[in-house]
Amino acid sequence: MWMLENAFVIPLIPAISFVVILFFGKRYIGADRVHIVGITALGLVWVLSAVAAFQWTQRVENPPPDAIVQVQHHGDDHGDDHGDDHGDDHGDDHGDDHGDDHGDDHGDDHGAGSGHAGDGHGGGHSSPLIRPVISTFSDWWSNAGVNFAVGTFVDGQTVLLLIVVASISLLVHIYSTEYVKGDRRYVHYYAFLSLFTAAMLFFVMAQNIIQLIVGWELVGVCSFALIGHWWEEKPNTDAALKAFLTNRVGDVGLLVGMIVLWGTFKTFDIDVINTMISTNPGAHHLALLVAACCLMAAVASKSGQFPLHTWLPDAMAGPTPVSALIHAATMVVAGVYMIARLYPVFYEGFSIGTSSINLMAFIGGFTALIGAGLAFAQWDIKKVLAYSTVSQLGYMVMALGVGAWTAAIFHLFTHAFFKACLFLGAGSVSHAAHHTFDMRKMGGLRKDMPHTYRTFVISSLALAGIFPFAGFWSKDEILLGSLVGQQNGYPLMLIFGCAVALMTAAYMTRVIWYTFHGEFRGHGHPHESPKVMTVPLWILAGMAVLAGAFNLPGPVLEPIGLEGLAHRIQTYAEPSVYLNGLGLSHPDPSLTMALVGLALALSGILITYLYYWRRIGLHGLTERNRYARRGYTILENKYYLDHLYNDVIVETVKRPVAKWANRFNQNVIDRTVNTAGETARDVGRWVYKWIDQGAIDGSVNAAARGADSSGEGLRSIQSGKVQNYGQLLFGAAAVLAIVFVIVV
Amino acid sequence: MLLNQFLILGAVLFAVGVYGVLARKNGVMVLMSIELMLNAVNINLVVFGVQHGVVSGQVFALFVIAVAAAEVGVGLAIVLLLYRNRTSIDVEDFDLMRG
Repeated sequence: MWMLENAFVIPLIPAISFVVILFFGKRYIGADRVHIVGITALGLVWVLSAVAAFQWTQRVENPPPDAIVQVQHHGDDHGDDHGDDHGDDHGDDHGDDHGDDHGDDHGDDHGAGSGHAGDGHGGGHSSPLIRPVISTFSDWWSNAGVNFAVGTFVDGQTVLLLIVVASISLLVHIYSTEYVKGDRRYVHYYAFLSLFTAAMLFFVMAQNIIQLIVGWELVGVCSFALIGHWWEEKPNTDAALKAFLTNRVGDVGLLVGMIVLWGTFKTFDIDVINTMISTNPGAHHLALLVAACCLMAAVASKSGQFPLHTWLPDAMAGPTPVSALIHAATMVVAGVYMIARLYPVFYEGFSIGTSSINLMAFIGGFTALIGAGLAFAQWDIKKVLAYSTVSQLGYMVMALGVGAWTAAIFHLFTHAFFKACLFLGAGSVSHAAHHTFDMRKMGGLRKDMPHTYRTFVISSLALAGIFPFAGFWSKDEILLGSLVGQQNGYPLMLIFGCAVALMTAAYMTRVIWYTFHGEFRGHGHPHESPKVMTVPLWILAGMAVLAGAFNLPGPVLEPIGLEGLAHRIQTYAEPSVYLNGLGLSHPDPSLTMALVGLALALSGILITYLYYWRRIGLHGLTERNRYARRGYTILENKYYLDHLYNDVIVETVKRPVAKWANRFNQNVIDRTVNTAGETARDVGRWVYKWIDQGAIDGSVNAAARGADSSGEGLRSIQSGKVQNYGQLLFGAAAVLAIVFVIVV
Repeated sequence: MLLNQFLILGAVLFAVGVYGVLARKNGVMVLMSIELMLNAVNINLVVFGVQHGVVSGQVFALFVIAVAAAEVGVGLAIVLLLYRNRTSIDVEDFDLMRG
């Protein structure tokens, strides 16, 4: 378990790599060879992450005694009805012994060697209550009796993210050696890739909410720097600023939310906060609601949720591998990760267990829907993928909102691979087709770029949710989670989810048509990208096929006798030590739901196929029909959200603020400054006149004049005649002699 | 012992010398007046030596005579050079150091 206790090594490696590349890269390594440092570091990180993941699975399979939650025995009062308890006596009877009951139940079961708690819930898949590995290295600083610790918090969720970040970052590093070859800021590019990786790894193993904030801001900075990588062009700078400023809006929510959490629990420790909520659900409901709403704003900005998603499509101004790494697969899931990490806060705050609609589920579902809608009206292939990312992130948030924790994290896992593959595929297309992302200048590329085409189609099928690709399994779980919910289903979320499933399949088919089919509409001769780019594509495409296998439902595996491998992500990643206390349940796998989801995706593909390949459907509808045209215009203008933010909100706020600031500036600040200046000038004048000219210069002049006139007077004595001097000498001697005689 | 008489003689001689130094225009006469002042001192030295019965006064007078010879040698050389340069030994004419 060495790796789990010393997980700090993992983010440290890319952090060192960042320093080495940035400060020694150009001079000692060579500007065109710095990627060696980055790739070596990431290779190491990947290996260590794999070791950590393996050790975590070992910890779950054969938990050491200190890993299992220690419980007290309460006789035969088994908490096998805690779901009902939550429903009936909510807010009524959630004392300490209630939480203990749950722990008791599961602890016993595990001790008996059974993997199933048999508590009458859903599929009955209950994980043993394994404590996370928490290493606190030091009290960073303390103030007014509050300690700020630094440490690592490693559990299944962390190691899952470690694997995702390390894998995709490594592949992106390799891919970038070709994609940004010869760039003028090659060193800078690789340095920030390393820093980003370090920050993200730091973020996922945050032991307390302060570290969460630090990691959160660090990845934001890296995102800013890499979006603006080609800052010579104004739109890129604007995009970077927009991303940064939009994230600042959410960061206010993050800070306020974290402060509310601290104020409620008087601790920053994630483990303590989660444990306090899960052992005593129902307490602090209002505070948790406020905290959850504030943190939701942070999630909306970082994970591109409505209404703060507008920065994400613009962030595509950065280099494509960066889009794949940061703006599709890893950083943007930071918000989702944060919800998952502090899930008890949201679960209790939004009453996910008992409601049938809540803010998080609605925002997620709505974002998924509008993101999918916007993806239809884009001609830039990367922007289609960006809106697709917005939509899929909405899916994850929606899944968390309906209580399907595992489904959300599973979707995060699978989505990272196929979305990274799609982005890198788009980069490959652009690399070949003269650096354009405009799908109107592509077409017919499937013959010229067979590898890119195949990987792109595989990933699109995964994204669309076609059996047996990865997206099918995770999307199915989300839809199922919305259908079943916790106490109540979430029907509206189910409708959103189904609509998005259909739309996702349709817009991805549209992208494939415009990019790879039909006639080539660009200039020159497109060519397949070199191996260094296609090999990462194939690896990611392979994961797009296989990633679903990590959380297959039991009924799928039973016929082939591998039911022991079912729900691996749920078993290993779910922090059941907290979630069980909340009474989180898992729905039974449903064949009907899977078939409905598959049918929706297939019909989406079919409609689009008929529309583009067979020319069947409502062609020219936007020209003929006023309402359709209007709808398309709204989509083209992204629901006028940018106009709302820039022209309405910013203008109305900016004008009076600017006017008032100007008035304040003119009347208060300037006046103070002017008065001070005038006073100083008057004082200076007086000092000059009286002190400088009068006293100092006067005395100096007087001394000079005195010397001058005395010199004039004494000059006559200096006659040059020796005898005159002799007279003076003898006269003086005579006088002195007389005085001597008189006195003595 | 006619001490007072000798001292008065010395004082008169000295006064005559001072007058010569201050009032004469001829450079050689000025030098001769200096000799008068020195010899007035010599008289004093010898008289006091006799008075106290020691020889150091006379010895000192001999030193003064030797030094005076050297001094008047240098002085006459200066006067000679002045004359060569300016064809005059009138000390009134030499006031180059006038301020």
